Amino acid sequence: MCGIAGLIHRGKSSKVGHELQGMLQALKHRGEDSTGYALYSETEGKNFIMRVKIGENVGEGSSSIAEDVSVYDKRKKIVESYLSDMGVKIVKEERVMPYSLRYEVEYNKDDLLELSQKIESIPGVEILSMGKSLEVIKDLGNAKMVCDRYNLDKVVGTHAIGHARMATESGVDIKSAHPFWGYPFSDVSVVHNGQLTNYWNNRRLLENKGMRFMSECDSELIAVYLADKMRNGATLEEGMRASLTGLDGVFTYFVATKDSLGMAKDTMAAKPLVLYESDNLVAMGSEEIAIRSLLPQEIDTYDPFDGEVKVWQI
Amino acid sequence: MANLKTTEKKTKAQSMGLHTEVLTGKTQQKFFNPDEAENFYYWGTYDVDFNKRIDLDVKDLDCKEANRKIDELMSQGYGTIVIKNPQGKHSLGVGVLNKLNLIFEGSLGYFGVGSIDGPTVRINGRVGWSCAENMMAGKVVIEKNAGSCFGAAIRGGDLICKGSVGARTGIDQKGGTIIIGGDAGAFTGFMMQRGRIIILGDVGINLGDSMYDGTLFIGGKIGSFGSDAVETPMTKSDMDWLKRKLKVAEIGDNFDVSKMTKVVSGKKLWNYDALEPTEKKGAI
Repeated sequence: MCGIAGLIHRGKSSKVGHELQGMLQALKHRGEDSTGYALYSETEGKNFIMRVKIGENVGEGSSSIAEDVSVYDKRKKIVESYLSDMGVKIVKEERVMPYSLRYEVEYNKDDLLELSQKIESIPGVEILSMGKSLEVIKDLGNAKMVCDRYNLDKVVGTHAIGHARMATESGVDIKSAHPFWGYPFSDVSVVHNGQLTNYWNNRRLLENKGMRFMSECDSELIAVYLADKMRNGATLEEGMRASLTGLDGVFTYFVATKDSLGMAKDTMAAKPLVLYESDNLVAMGSEEIAIRSLLPQEIDTYDPFDGEVKVWQI
Repeated sequence: MANLKTTEKKTKAQSMGLHTEVLTGKTQQKFFNPDEAENFYYWGTYDVDFNKRIDLDVKDLDCKEANRKIDELMSQGYGTIVIKNPQGKHSLGVGVLNKLNLIFEGSLGYFGVGSIDGPTVRINGRVGWSCAENMMAGKVVIEKNAGSCFGAAIRGGDLICKGSVGARTGIDQKGGTIIIGGDAGAFTGFMMQRGRIIILGDVGINLGDSMYDGTLFIGGKIGSFGSDAVETPMTKSDMDWLKRKLKVAEIGDNFDVSKMTKVVSGKKLWNYDALEPTEKKGAI
């Protein structure tokens, strides 16, 4: 089933970590195998924030194979040596969980492809996100558990998207959890509710073009699909409109960039989405109760129609 | 084995003019005696007084607690119940099987007022997916928008949304009338079997796809017709009926019903011929 939620404040910042946690927790009955946040937080905008996964959460319910923490330590050392080799200077480092790293790094190039390929050549290592405001945090458990684990409650930013996952097409693990980073573009993330039925055809096509897939989760295809479109010169909205016919199946997805938030709904309108829009705030989710966690008072909401694409700027 | 006989003694059903025969005997499960009043009892219903009114704040109740509370209030004879702070909760007001004035001051989530049989419901907000699913009778008015699968499989009654609705409105509809003041999404009237749908605004693609029977009246543009849905001319009785219905629905007072498009089933689907599956050309 899965639930998705997103919000964007226009013209101001807010505690988006706390707000998204409330929205996703309201949707926990749609799935709590894993929960993911893509937070666009306030940063200086000089350095890249890099979230890296060097192992899996092997707690209860996980479909991953248990590894010793010493393996994670070895991988961390290799990651840091590769970063150094690529001319990346680590400004700040955090290790909230044994398998999860957060680096603030100085990197002078805008093209992240070469760097990403190098880091992800290390077996068991995946870059969850890289950008100057985006941070993707995802782990097993419901929204409250993940929020508490990574101290997301105090994160201040302009917009955010998130996902409460019921694992159906792939395993219960962090690599299959949403949001997906729009590799190799900085600050692009995607969450999806639905099933894509032409996943393998598209995946083979995109892999032949050099795009990378880190999981077997069909939702990852949306991030890669949009990244490929943008790589070939399309705007985000153009890429999203192309996805309505390029992707087959049922889907409602959100995509966020450094300064925008978008939604797309397939032509069958088979997956739910409720939307609230005002001059200052856009909030949307799989169910109205997600929006109500933000705005308990009576408000006007609506369901976007089939084949609808919308993009909002901060 | 059931035994039919006539009787001089008038039962409640006979006095209502229903029949003059008395069915006695034994079913597989239990004895049935029409003289026993409980055989005319509709389980789960209450005699309520519309003039007895109460407010119920469901802000801190989950849907089960709220529905139990509504049931409890009906059992105490309250005939007008005003629900405060529904806040998008799912499955509120379901399974009401008697006359009742039920007013929601706010929006409902999914499956609101499903499987109802008789109440008059007014929702001063929006409703989520599958509002009034399996409704048997009564009247439901939604002041704002509605989600997808609005009025799925309803059997009777009037279901009215003054705003716009999502996809698959009236899917599998088996009776009753659905009236929409705004626009409707894709697959409106999908697989409908009977009843009528009125849309004053535009509709999306695949209108009336695979409909078996029933009628759709569309006031605006049609995205596309679905499989076996065909346009047919409006008649005077259609227009008279539409005017009456829109008046009851409190919308479209000045709407020109003569310009509406009437859509029915072409009845070209396989299940309308007299052939056995093995007789069909190209059948598997």
